[in-house]
Amino acid sequence: MKKKLLCVLLALSMLFVLAACNGGGAPEPADDGTDTEANTPGNSAEPATPDDSATPATPDDSAAPEDGQAELSGETTPEPDTTHAPTPTNNTTPAPVEDAFKLGGTGPLTGGAAIYGNAAKNGAQIAVDEINASDSAVKFELRYEDDAHDAEKAVNAYNSLKDWGMQISLGSVTSKPAEATSAESFADSIFSLTPSASSPATIAGKDNVFQMCFTDPNQGTASAEYIGTQNLGSRIAVIWKSDDVYSKGIRDTFLEEADAQGLQVVSDTTFSDGNATDFSVQLNDAKNNEADLVFLPMYYEPASLILAQASAMGYAPKWFGVDGMDGILTMQGFDASLAEGVMLLTPFNADSTDEKTAAFVAEYEKRFGEKPNQFAADAYDCVYAYCQALTAANATSDMDAATINGLMKEQFTTMTFYGLTGTESGLTWDASGAVSKSPKGMVITNGAYVGMD
Amino acid sequence: MRKSSSAPFHFLTYFLVIGAYAALQVLQARGELSATMRGMLVPICAYVVMAVSLNLTVGVLGELSLGHAGFMSVGAFLGTSTAIALQDAVPVPGVRLAIALVVAALCAAVAGFLIGIPVLRLNGDYLAIVTLAFGEIIKAIFNNLYLGVDAKGVHVSLLEDTTNTAADGRLIIQGPMGIGGIQKISTFTAGFILILISLIVIFNLVGSRAGRAIMAIRDNPIAAQSVGVNLIKYKMMAFVVSAALAGSAGALFAMNYSTVVANKFDFNTSILILVFVVLGGLGNMFGSIVAAAVLTILPEALRPIAEYRMLLYAVLLIVMMLTANHPLVKAIFNRFRQTGQIQLETDDEEKEAA
Repeated sequence: MKKKLLCVLLALSMLFVLAACNGGGAPEPADDGTDTEANTPGNSAEPATPDDSATPATPDDSAAPEDGQAELSGETTPEPDTTHAPTPTNNTTPAPVEDAFKLGGTGPLTGGAAIYGNAAKNGAQIAVDEINASDSAVKFELRYEDDAHDAEKAVNAYNSLKDWGMQISLGSVTSKPAEATSAESFADSIFSLTPSASSPATIAGKDNVFQMCFTDPNQGTASAEYIGTQNLGSRIAVIWKSDDVYSKGIRDTFLEEADAQGLQVVSDTTFSDGNATDFSVQLNDAKNNEADLVFLPMYYEPASLILAQASAMGYAPKWFGVDGMDGILTMQGFDASLAEGVMLLTPFNADSTDEKTAAFVAEYEKRFGEKPNQFAADAYDCVYAYCQALTAANATSDMDAATINGLMKEQFTTMTFYGLTGTESGLTWDASGAVSKSPKGMVITNGAYVGMD
Repeated sequence: MRKSSSAPFHFLTYFLVIGAYAALQVLQARGELSATMRGMLVPICAYVVMAVSLNLTVGVLGELSLGHAGFMSVGAFLGTSTAIALQDAVPVPGVRLAIALVVAALCAAVAGFLIGIPVLRLNGDYLAIVTLAFGEIIKAIFNNLYLGVDAKGVHVSLLEDTTNTAADGRLIIQGPMGIGGIQKISTFTAGFILILISLIVIFNLVGSRAGRAIMAIRDNPIAAQSVGVNLIKYKMMAFVVSAALAGSAGALFAMNYSTVVANKFDFNTSILILVFVVLGGLGNMFGSIVAAAVLTILPEALRPIAEYRMLLYAVLLIVMMLTANHPLVKAIFNRFRQTGQIQLETDDEEKEAA
């Protein structure tokens, strides 16, 4: 008897956990009859299709996940409230704004790449707050979920955003998770504009996934071109991360273009995840081959170690990084003087005198106590690009994701957007989802980026 | 820990798996399953298979393996490559998935066999050390492997992409970029069937003559050898079966996402699976299944509390470990197990009387 009892108990507890997860995004598990009743009409509308988002969703469908929230707040949606209080800044779940588009994104908010995810989240939050406080007809409600720079967790995060009722997506912040989530949002017909996922595979073959950043190969070519035309060095060493998509993508196209520019690559060394702490072999190889410029297509963490170790061994070539280097100055425990003279390509210059940029930088510094990097700027631009496109398409927040998807595809391929990143002539997108944007050369002087041109 | 007279426990395990599957299918059909939960069904199946297969090595054979994710990786990459290569030849997704899972299991079994040859001859912790290295080696290999398929056949190269895959072909494994553009053909039902197959294989192996020999080796290798048990043969049997199941779990996992990279199957993943096994109880398949499912869902269920979730996850893990080892809880479990055994014995007696 006891055996059976325990068996039933275990099964029950497991089901309970499943149920708890089921309601993960909802504010409160339904323990009274009312919520279930509210849910049934929405669900019984399409009993035959278990995946309710793969098919163009009916209004019923998209409303279903919101039921719980509406009930909690006491009143249902129809009456638009005109008092839009600015939402609290550091809150992950900002107070809901009436008639707002639900904008979701995933990014590494914890772990090794957290600086990118948090920057993108903060940048997007500033844009959302500014738009909600303005008289714009389009309002947003933003939610970012943590994916810890992992494809599996990114899909989980994306699904929990879907449960929340996401209508438009900011994709994922980093490349590999973005590849996984963009496939999902293509299958679900949820329009996606990623601030910083730069691998070509993110947008390949998906007509509703767009990028705000230039692609990896583009960066490699631009870097080699820049070094060649500006005569920055003739003997080049490349240190890259062999198990990283981003690093590999840039390095491959860099080598191609370096050949075309007549640059001599004298040292080509790698490291990987497990051995990213000691770079003496790579640096000695570069030094022994008399490289006068070292190209570092990698994120800022290993780059900071390379700079420190090179300085310790008395090797002082010119350093050239890419946009992943952005963030090195705000890294904790890093002596910023080591980065003095490092050149990097980035689409955004926080020291720009441009009015919009200055206002954004001031606001970001006020709220988060540090200078924004390009990830923040890209995410900020994404939200404003959405605002412009939604306004132009006369979209309303009661449309479902699939309808907005159609409108956005049309808008993004035809509109020109003027943002913090990119050039004076504005940004345009082609049908593949790639953006027309050229990187800016920056050099670190006195602990700040200064434009090289 | 001896499970020789635990037939009712086997029944319980099957009951749990089939019951959970049926319940989830009903919920899914009624549309009451959230997108988060729907998205996690296949990974949970894969992790459950990983956990029960590792339990065969750690719990039943008594050897510590720290590179189980390596076998998962072999299965994920080679199984997925097979599925992609057969995309035109085998149009039915279910059949293609089945072929891919079988290929993945075979490849992982070969890898397990090769590692087992030198290592299983040794005593002590050598298997732990070598499997740890194996996991890292597999990661390094797949991070540098290029595999292309075109009309002329299969091309393979290491370090640099020199496969010269024709334009009409496809470069499947792209070094550090892993495999991209995978068709999502893994389904919950396929995962459920894989769990059932794993359980049938493991329970039958453990209950068989070979299984007794394997457990005898675990409890006392010298005594086992003295009565004529071939140590290497039976150790190899358990280890290869465990590797093969892990390989098919890897393929199932990989084909649930549009992309897979070698870094996913690192040391952390191996340890995560070992945590499932240890928390569920060594040699206890039922516990492994519950632990794998709960610990996969837990981080997602804790999402609403954002930043604190990883902290709480760790705390819950420690609490669960302490609770499971508490004398009171242990006493309850032991009593429960004993009643099962006594009942079985009385059944036998009744049969004999009849």
